[in-house]
Amino acid sequence: MVNKPLVSIVSAGLSKFGRLDGMYCRELFADAAKEAYDRCPNLNPKKDIEALFVGQMGESYEHQGHTGPTLADWAGLLPKPAVRLESACASSGAALRTGIFAILSGMHKVVMVGGVEKMTHRTTSEVTEFLAMASDLPFEQWNGITFPGLYALMATAHMHEYGTTEEQMAKVAVKNHHNGTLNPKAHMQKEITVEKALASKVIAWPLKLYDCSLITDGASCLILSHPDVAKKFTDAPVHVIGSGQASDAIGLYERKDLTTLKAARLAAQEAYKMAGVEPKDLDIAEVHDCFTIAEIMAYEDLGFCGSGKGGNMIDEGITELGGKLPVNPSGGLKAKGHPVGATGTAQAYEIYLQLTGQAEERQVKGADIGLSHNVGGSGATASVHIYRRD
Amino acid sequence: MSDDPLPFTISSFYRFVSEKRLMAAKCNECGTVLLPPKPMCTECLSTNLKWIELEGAGKLLSYTVIHIAPEQFQSLAPYSVGIIELKNGLRLPGMISCVKPEEIRVGMNLKVDYDTSTSSQWPAWPRYFFRPS
Repeated sequence: MVNKPLVSIVSAGLSKFGRLDGMYCRELFADAAKEAYDRCPNLNPKKDIEALFVGQMGESYEHQGHTGPTLADWAGLLPKPAVRLESACASSGAALRTGIFAILSGMHKVVMVGGVEKMTHRTTSEVTEFLAMASDLPFEQWNGITFPGLYALMATAHMHEYGTTEEQMAKVAVKNHHNGTLNPKAHMQKEITVEKALASKVIAWPLKLYDCSLITDGASCLILSHPDVAKKFTDAPVHVIGSGQASDAIGLYERKDLTTLKAARLAAQEAYKMAGVEPKDLDIAEVHDCFTIAEIMAYEDLGFCGSGKGGNMIDEGITELGGKLPVNPSGGLKAKGHPVGATGTAQAYEIYLQLTGQAEERQVKGADIGLSHNVGGSGATASVHIYRRD
Repeated sequence: MSDDPLPFTISSFYRFVSEKRLMAAKCNECGTVLLPPKPMCTECLSTNLKWIELEGAGKLLSYTVIHIAPEQFQSLAPYSVGIIELKNGLRLPGMISCVKPEEIRVGMNLKVDYDTSTSSQWPAWPRYFFRPS
């Protein structure tokens, strides 16, 4: 029995994802906001939107903090209250959850949530350093352990424990690159092969270039309303029916099991229970494939398969478009791109398009129930949301 | 000179590293060992703690070879890092030295060694690392 909505998504917007020279966070966010406004002509943004919650990982990229009001200004929402939330790569998943709190509290009827990051104007070495700030300084950063390095430690452990292979990881990249070619807003627009992925340069063994998500510029947003007023704004809202979030030690080394993200498991359990759905009820999922191993672990953590069976799921094609449970039809972080603060609500944007039949070439026919899974850092934060169409 | 122990902080942990000692905090109430040390036991919330010295040896749980590094580490790349499990079950991440990457294996025995020279870069801590035992 599917439970009643927490909030309703009445509109959504996404900037182009990619290397967008000369466009910085505020302009990227305005681009996403404009799409959300244009999709929803019955909404008067200046009058109806009462607050903005926006996720952004770092001020280092642009040397610009205090992003909440800046984005509210560029989105035409001054003087509405605006707050930035930081939870590493799960920043806008946290913004979505905060928007849900704001509506459920009774304080607001309509809010905008979103996320943004500008990354491509920095060198790879600088971006590597900025991303590493979301890992533990005294033991991980201090020992030269990078973000790809942390996921590589999980990959090595998964390979050792369960026999997961580099080829299975490469298949995740091949699938998501294919999906990206069907998404005009995706950063990467090219097919790759398993052979090409396996032959790409090593970033942090066993992870190679094509195992890693992209350094991307982009912004995303959703307009949320109380379910009772959603129909005032649109005939086809998407309802958020479950929300879960959990925390774990920031240091990967402090966790008992390197082959799973406990925070993701706990967040998923909470979201499934709240929504009244089980993994078998899902038609579609957007998961946090910051690295290919992360998608394989997500299958297991979200209950799509048992522990250690994630590699089999990709071998069997279950998560391809046309498979039983398409995962990352947008191209995922791998091919759509990963402007880190924008990712959580960009995942929700894809689910919104899919559940309202607007996903064009990559549309999953008859999708009723979807899930998004957003992970911060190496898994110290995870949020899971479950959605259903009206 | 006070008899009070060093505060249960990470700075203190690295002060011990400068003396080539691997130290953790132990809760006098519930017995939990905290690595990294924390000023309050995160299990029973007691601040009744003491320092204990750990044996710097363990087995490798997982590893990676980093090719793309932040600026300050790029001159060392490619370099190996891993997480070891000490004999009491505590875990510690660090660089793996004195062994070729292709010879590293999950489960191999490693010991903790020290580089007590300090860099000028904040936080100017000495370093520990792992080598085959």
